[in-house]
Order: sequence, then C-alpha cells, then structure tokens
Amino acid sequence: MTVPAIELRNLEKSFGLAKIIQGVNLKIEKGERHAVIGPNGAGKSTLFNLITGRFAPTSGGVYLHGEDVSGMQPFEINRRGLSRSFQITNIFPNMTVFENIRCGLLWTMGYKYSFWHMINGQRDVTEKAEQILEEINLTARRDLLAGTLAYAEQRALEIGITIAGGADIILLDEPCAGMSHSETDLIVDLIRKVTEDKTLMIVEHDMGVIFDLADKISVLVYGEIIESDVPDAVRASAKVKEAYLGTTLEEEDA
Amino acid sequence: MNTASKTQAVSNPNRRLISLSSLLPWAFAALFLLCLPLVFQSSAALTIMNQMAITIVFALSYNMLLGQGGMLSFGHAVYMGLGGFFAMHVMNMVEYDGLWLPLPLLPVVGGLFGMTFAFLIGSFSTRRAGTVFAMISLGVGELIAACSIIIVVFFGGEEGISGDRTMGPEVLGYDFAAQSEVYYLTVIWLLVATVLMYLFSRTPIGRIANAVRDNEERAEFLGYSQRHVRWMSFIASGFFAGVAGSLFAINFEILTEENLNLATSGSILLITFLGGVGFFVGPIIGAIVFTLLQTVLGLYTEIWALYLGILFVSCVMFFPGGFAGIIAMHRRPLALGKLNLLVGPYLKVAIPAITSVLSLAAVLEISFHKRHSFGDDHEMSLYGITFDSHGYQALGFAIVIAAISLFLVSRILPSIKAAWDEANHAGDAQ
Ligand SMILES: Nc1ncnc2c1ncn2[C@@H]1O[C@H](COP(=O)(O)OP(=O)(O)OP(=O)(O)O)[C@@H](O)[C@H]1O
Ligand SMILES: [Mg+2]
Repeated sequence: MTVPAIELRNLEKSFGLAKIIQGVNLKIEKGERHAVIGPNGAGKSTLFNLITGRFAPTSGGVYLHGEDVSGMQPFEINRRGLSRSFQITNIFPNMTVFENIRCGLLWTMGYKYSFWHMINGQRDVTEKAEQILEEINLTARRDLLAGTLAYAEQRALEIGITIAGGADIILLDEPCAGMSHSETDLIVDLIRKVTEDKTLMIVEHDMGVIFDLADKISVLVYGEIIESDVPDAVRASAKVKEAYLGTTLEEEDA
Repeated sequence: MNTASKTQAVSNPNRRLISLSSLLPWAFAALFLLCLPLVFQSSAALTIMNQMAITIVFALSYNMLLGQGGMLSFGHAVYMGLGGFFAMHVMNMVEYDGLWLPLPLLPVVGGLFGMTFAFLIGSFSTRRAGTVFAMISLGVGELIAACSIIIVVFFGGEEGISGDRTMGPEVLGYDFAAQSEVYYLTVIWLLVATVLMYLFSRTPIGRIANAVRDNEERAEFLGYSQRHVRWMSFIASGFFAGVAGSLFAINFEILTEENLNLATSGSILLITFLGGVGFFVGPIIGAIVFTLLQTVLGLYTEIWALYLGILFVSCVMFFPGGFAGIIAMHRRPLALGKLNLLVGPYLKVAIPAITSVLSLAAVLEISFHKRHSFGDDHEMSLYGITFDSHGYQALGFAIVIAAISLFLVSRILPSIKAAWDEANHAGDAQ
C-alpha cells in the first residue's frame, strides 16, 4: 500500500457556530487527478484552505505524503511540495507578468532569501520563467504589469504562478470560472500538460472539464463528502443525482 | 521561430552581469560628486552638500521599507540615531582609549549597530505589515526618544554627546580636520551605500520584498514567510540607517535627542514620499529638494516649514508618485515622440503658475510679518520691494494678483489636459 499524496482524516472546520466542514475523510493517491464538486457554499474552497494552511482545522488532520501538516503555515506546506491557485485571482498586481512567474520559481530553484545573487544574472531562472510564459501563452505580455491584464490572462497567470515552482501536488480552485469556451479549452489543455505525473486536486463547476480531466471525483455537500469514486460511478450514483447533479449530468450526456 | 528569436532577444541583455549602459549613470554620478567641491568651495556649501548626502543615504534606507517592502515606519530615525550615538562613542574610544580605527571605517561600525537594533526590534515589529507595523514603529520611536533623555550616560541628556573626528590614525595623510576631506569621505560612502542598496533591490530577497509588499498572502503560498522577508529588509535597512547616522556623527561631531526623535522620523517619511516611493531615485530627489528648501529657503523666510507642509499635502493629493513619478509620467510621451506637444502648454502655464505661487507666498509672508514684527516695525521687504506690511494695500494687492493668476491657471489647465491625453495617445492625432 503506497502512502497517499494527500490524506484527510476526520477533518472539521467551524467558523463560530457554523460547521462548514463536518468530518471529511479522503485519500488522494500519488499521480491522481482528483476533482471536488459540489453546490455553491458547500465548503470546497474551505477544504482547500485547510489543506494549504490558510486556515487551521478545528479538529482532524491533514497529511501530505504521510506527514501531519495540520496547523502549519502556508509557506511551510508549500515547501513540502504543494502549490495552489485561488478562486479569486491572487497575483502581484504591481509587478510585471515575468516577475510574477519568477516569484513562483525562486524558492524551489534554491534562491530562497539570497542577497548574494543578482536576480537578472541568473540564466536558469530567466529561462525557466520564459518557458512557463510560453506555456501559458503570455510571452507577449511579459513586461506588462500583471494588474493591467485582461481577466482571462490573469487567470492563466494565476495558474502559471502556481505551477512555476514545480510542486508535485497542485490544487486548483475553479481555474476556468468566468471563462469563455475557447479559453476554457486552452486552460484545460494547459492543466493537463503541466500536471503530467503530478497529483492534481481541482475544484470546478464546469462538468465538461471535470469529466475530461478527472480520474476520480468527490462530491461535497454541506461540508460532507457524499460520494468519492471514478467518474462513471459518480455519474451513476443515485445519491449524487438526488443531492446535487441530476439535471446537469443529463445535459452533458445529451 | 518567431517566438524563439524573441525570447533570445529578451534574455540577451541579462547575459553580462554588468553592462556598460547600466554602469554609465553611476560613473557619471561619481564624477559629478567628486568635481562638485571645485565649484562650491565655501564651507557652508560643503556642509549643505554633506547634509544632503547623509539625507540621501537615510532616505534610501527608509525606502527599502516603505517603497520596496510596503512597511510604513514612523520611527526610522531610531536606527540612524542609535547608529550615530554608537559611532560617536566609538569615536571617543578612539580618542581616549587608544582604539585603532581609521575614520572612514566608522560608518561600518555604526551600520552594524543600526543593524543589530533592527534585528532585535524587527523580530517582533515585522510580524505584520500595515497598521500594526506602523503603530509598533511609532511606539518604539517614542520609547527610544524617551530613553535618550533618561539615560544620560549614553545619550548625554539634553546637550547630547560630542566627539572629535580627527583623533584617529591618519588615512593617506588625511586627518579629516578640513571640511573638504570630510566631504570626500561622505561622498564615497554615499556612493558605496547607494550602489549596495540598488544591488539589494535586484537580489532574490529584494524582489520577494516587492512581492510581499504587493500581496503578502500570495507570497506565503510560494514558499516565503512574509515575516522573514520583512525582517530581512528591515535589518538591511537598519544597517544603512546606521551608516547615515555615523556620517552625521563624523560631519557634525555632535548627536542629540533630535537625531532619533519622532520629528526626524516624520521628516524622512516626508522626504521619501516627496521624492517618490515607487522609484529607486525617488528618495534621492526628495533628499536633495528637501535639503535645498530647508537651507536655502530657510535663509529667506521663517515659515519655510509651512511651505514644505503645503508642498507635501499637495504632493499626496495630486502627485502621489512624487517628483520621480512626475518625471516617469513623461516616459510614455517621450517614447511616442510626442513630448514636444507638451512644451507649449507647459510654457503657457508657467508664468501664471509661478506668479500664483509667489503671490500666495506673499499673502502668507505679509500676514506673518503683521502678526510677528516687533513693536511698530511696519516696514517689510519682499521680492526686492519695500512696503508697509500693516497697511491694506500690500496685502490686498497680493490677494488680487493671486486671484488673477489662479484664474488664468484654471483656464489653461483644460488645454494641458488635452495636450497630455494627445501626447499619451499612440497613433496620429485624431
Ligand atoms: N473565513 C470565513 N469566515 C466565515 N465563514 C466562512 C469563511 N470562509 C467561508 N465561509 C463560509 O463557509 C461556507 C463555504 O464556503 P466556501 O467558500 O468553502 O464554499 P465553496 O464550496 O467554495 O463555494 P463556491 O462554489 O461558491 O466557491 C460559506 O457559507 C461561507 O460563507
Ligand atoms: Mg469556492
């Protein structure tokens, strides 16, 4: 039995009296692409925030490759090889697109808190950053301030920053939200490309994207996972149909 | 192919670490500074230039916090002051205890003390940015200023402490008694400190400091502890503040409570903001303008601080990018080759604008003279005209001129705005 990349054990989170995550158990194997779906306000983003250290769990534990990371700071968890994107675009608006990507690279490329390297002189960083810009189709925007980009471009940059450091566990929170069909296709291709051989956990409302990408799907409703299985089984599950999916799935099938 | 060659072109300039074009401005600045005393030889001029150099180092170190790290400090004078006080004590140890230390190395000592205090205080003050950081810096500033009056042994109470810079070993035959020798010492330190701070802004930690300033939360998800990043910038900034303090000790041979109180902390914030926090050169411009205003304007009027306050408020309201920001605004018209469109409107507004500034200043000066002149000293001279400040004619005249010129300025402003839009518009005129 291999150690799962991510394991959640009896994870709970309350804000005041409101119990938002109520006892989630989940194992995500290495190399798996795992989608989390569920209605608005189900607690999907909260679950991500618990895994990535943005919030500390009220009780229960989060394990990365078997190590208990609950209660750690986001930067400590990131250094253990986990990187995430945000539902609400979270970039460095007053820095250039290139610099945004570079910020995502520096720690893992070993520059850390260095004050003895000249950053522009580091060819390895520059080349890697430019390669990522190429991948996310933003080479032409290289020297613009990130805050001035169009929405879809900012979303692509958000993913670029997330994958730049080469983390082996990637969490994407609604990467395609608010995008047109063609933009969504581009982003899905990108996600598929950059998460090759990596563990991916993705929250998404677009069912096309989910069934396209995911090896496994978990359905979160009111802070509880009601089903976690391969896509066909989830599609067939009566429980899921009843609680949430139903109509959406039939539309997809048609 | 196209993109590949493009990427090549983009990364090419990075191949050589130091290119000629990036070295040129520094070489030019160095040459300029070294030749300056040939033009300005008087001791008073040298003192002003030294003061300017010290303020530049201090302001640049402050901008490592505010502009580059997003930390608004109300107590930065603490690090300059403490660096200076320690440097002064070391200077006295050279004189009385036979400590061997050439004077040009004293700023290193002061810098290390500034850095030590930044390390200690930063360990808790940099935990959060924003209001928390600002309030802690204010509290620490007040605390150290209070200590400086209480701990007389170290700070010398109200008189402060003084020393003699000439008692150390001679360096290349100089004992630094002459003002010009001190000028060269100060200027070399100014160059060294400026280059080092510039290079710091281009290291990984310098860039991550920008990232934390922009979005501290996102940086945490990229492996960086926002607290450690701020702390390291703070320590580096403390070093250069200490260097500035030591240069002050060398130049003036006296330090008092004034060197680390909140007023000094406030004025360095003002200087840096006035120059422009978004640009490396901003604080340099701010320091030069401020020192000139303070010393030159101070010769002519008692209420120079009032003018400075007005300048600061209008800068915050109308030009939050500071002087450097105003200059940078013209880069786009320049790149489009449309800077010439602005010359006409600028010249047109210059005369009424200058007139309105001068006449408004006259209103302030006359009112001030009326209230503060002794007994029946009614005679006042301004801009080379002598008149009775207590009559209504002079004041009324100034007010009328101010009103007319302000009216003219307001009439010209729309045409400037139109010219500005056109100059920033790519493509031909509509
Ligand atoms: N910091 C917080 N404080 C209090 N309540 C919160 C906080 N964060 C989230 N919540 C609440 O938790 C619930 C779940 O929110 P969450 O953002 O996790 O939902 P979601 O599944 O991501 O929804 P969506 O699909 O709209 O993104 C919501 O009711 C929200 O109001
Ligand atoms: Mg969400």
